[in-house]
Amino acid sequence: MSLLTVEGVWKNYHHHSVLRGIDLEVAPHEVVCLIGASGSGKSTLLRCVNLLESIDDGAIYLDGSEITDVRIDPDDVRKRIGMVFQSYNLFPHMTVLDNVTLAPRKVHKVRPEQAEAEARELLARFGLADKAGEYPDRLSGGQQQRVAIVRSLATQPRLLLLDEVTSALDPTLVTEVLSVIRELKDAGMTMIIATHEMSFARDIADAVCFLEGGVLLEHGSPEQIFTAPEHPRTRGFLQRVLDAGRL
Amino acid sequence: MTGGEASPGAPTPSDDSAASVAPEVPTGSDGPVASATSEGPAASAAASEGSAVPPALAEWTKSDRQIRREADLRRRARRSTSVATASTIVVATVLIVGVTASPGWPRVQETFFSPSQFVDAFPDVWRGFLLNVKIFLIAEPLILIVGLVVALVRTLRSPVFFPLRAVAVFYTDIFRGIPTILLIYLFGFGIPALALQGAPSDPVTLGIIGLVLSYGAYVAEVFRSGIESVHPSQRAAARSLALSHGQTMRYVVVPQAARRVIPPLLNDFVSLQKDTALVAVLGPLEALRQASIHAAETFNYTPYMCAALVFIALTVPMARLTDHLAARTARRQMAGGHL
Repeated sequence: MSLLTVEGVWKNYHHHSVLRGIDLEVAPHEVVCLIGASGSGKSTLLRCVNLLESIDDGAIYLDGSEITDVRIDPDDVRKRIGMVFQSYNLFPHMTVLDNVTLAPRKVHKVRPEQAEAEARELLARFGLADKAGEYPDRLSGGQQQRVAIVRSLATQPRLLLLDEVTSALDPTLVTEVLSVIRELKDAGMTMIIATHEMSFARDIADAVCFLEGGVLLEHGSPEQIFTAPEHPRTRGFLQRVLDAGRL
Repeated sequence: MTGGEASPGAPTPSDDSAASVAPEVPTGSDGPVASATSEGPAASAAASEGSAVPPALAEWTKSDRQIRREADLRRRARRSTSVATASTIVVATVLIVGVTASPGWPRVQETFFSPSQFVDAFPDVWRGFLLNVKIFLIAEPLILIVGLVVALVRTLRSPVFFPLRAVAVFYTDIFRGIPTILLIYLFGFGIPALALQGAPSDPVTLGIIGLVLSYGAYVAEVFRSGIESVHPSQRAAARSLALSHGQTMRYVVVPQAARRVIPPLLNDFVSLQKDTALVAVLGPLEALRQASIHAAETFNYTPYMCAALVFIALTVPMARLTDHLAARTARRQMAGGHL
């Protein structure tokens, strides 16, 4: 059974449709990369999946139950989904350790000592052991984004959503974040990744989805999408990426 | 990177051994200049990695151009200092001469600046001022609580809270619109007139209620602007971690907002310190009331100057602290910090 099912999802903003009937299935341990130009709806789709945005039509199911049902508590859904943002969104007034332990302590009611021990273990796993006491503005962009990933992992989510997590980073810092994501894939994490890093998508994805104008135009294996795209628009997009020297 | 880049003396031993016997002397030898250019790219590469090693400063000797530039800057600074001093002296002289040479000055001096009257009134005014301080110390925390609660109520989005939200909006609109002195009259004479059982009748308490409700409305708006200044992405991050609205406010939004509104809050408190004198209209013997009693006995206004002085003694340090905190916040924002 699939872990996440997106069924005919529409999202409108002021008479303008950002998502136009999206269908998507994500199996457990699968890594799905969403590609497409800025404004194609990748970020909006991720925000709809963890209910930061309400949808205007369709339904989303997590573990077989509908999460877009208005009668359920969105916080119960978000407890099972982690999200990492393009601009890190760390809490600037808290240390790295407090950023990571906040949700386990306050939402999942983990004892503070246990939350701290688990957080330190995760930070150490991603090479951030010595940064636990630092404030976010003392860290590099790559370190901040790794902390944001650790923060989203600390609640042991079933599904991780990554929204262009390397777009705000200096090219030399991209690799350290991508290698963290690769490690998560090896550990079996189910992920949906909106990305502009085509070579990374090709390398890590089990499936690649091409979005344009709020429509999921093509969904296939990375080999198929990147070497033999069926849709002319997918070909056009990849050609532009290639021309820009980004593939 | 190697340790050599960090220590200033190290990079040039091979050059120096060939060029000169004394590597420490920079004048005329090509050694330091050549090593500076060859080390340049390596040093900047090390810095861009984000490591804590700054490029070595010791290799830099000021060029003649920079020495000339600094001399020009010093000359200009000296000139502006002398202009400022001269203009200050001129303005002060004109003011002092203008005031003291006016025909009524001897009378003004006697009526407002009489040393004997000052000495006479000061103990009573000072005793009254302690009541002002007490009113301030009681009102301030209450104002903070009222302001924060009202601001938080206004952030609630659920339709269930519509009545609460409406009350909060109504409160801030009405109470910001009514002059504080009017509110103090209203509560000071209105509440006792109701003759309710258990309602306070002490004028100080009633005055404090008036001040708290008036200032609470201002402070609520200050808090609200602080809350709205926290970027929505902070809220999105907190909600994505499954924190509830309340938890998001408590742990993420309000702590950041509170830091940002400290300077405007202190500004409101400077204003509150002097507005404690408005409670005088209800009759308690605070500084202004004491001063007017003295003035009424002697037809001399020096006691008012005495009251003005004690208020200034409290508000000026507070105003300086506000400026200091505002400057610190600005510096942090310039430095790219978030707080």
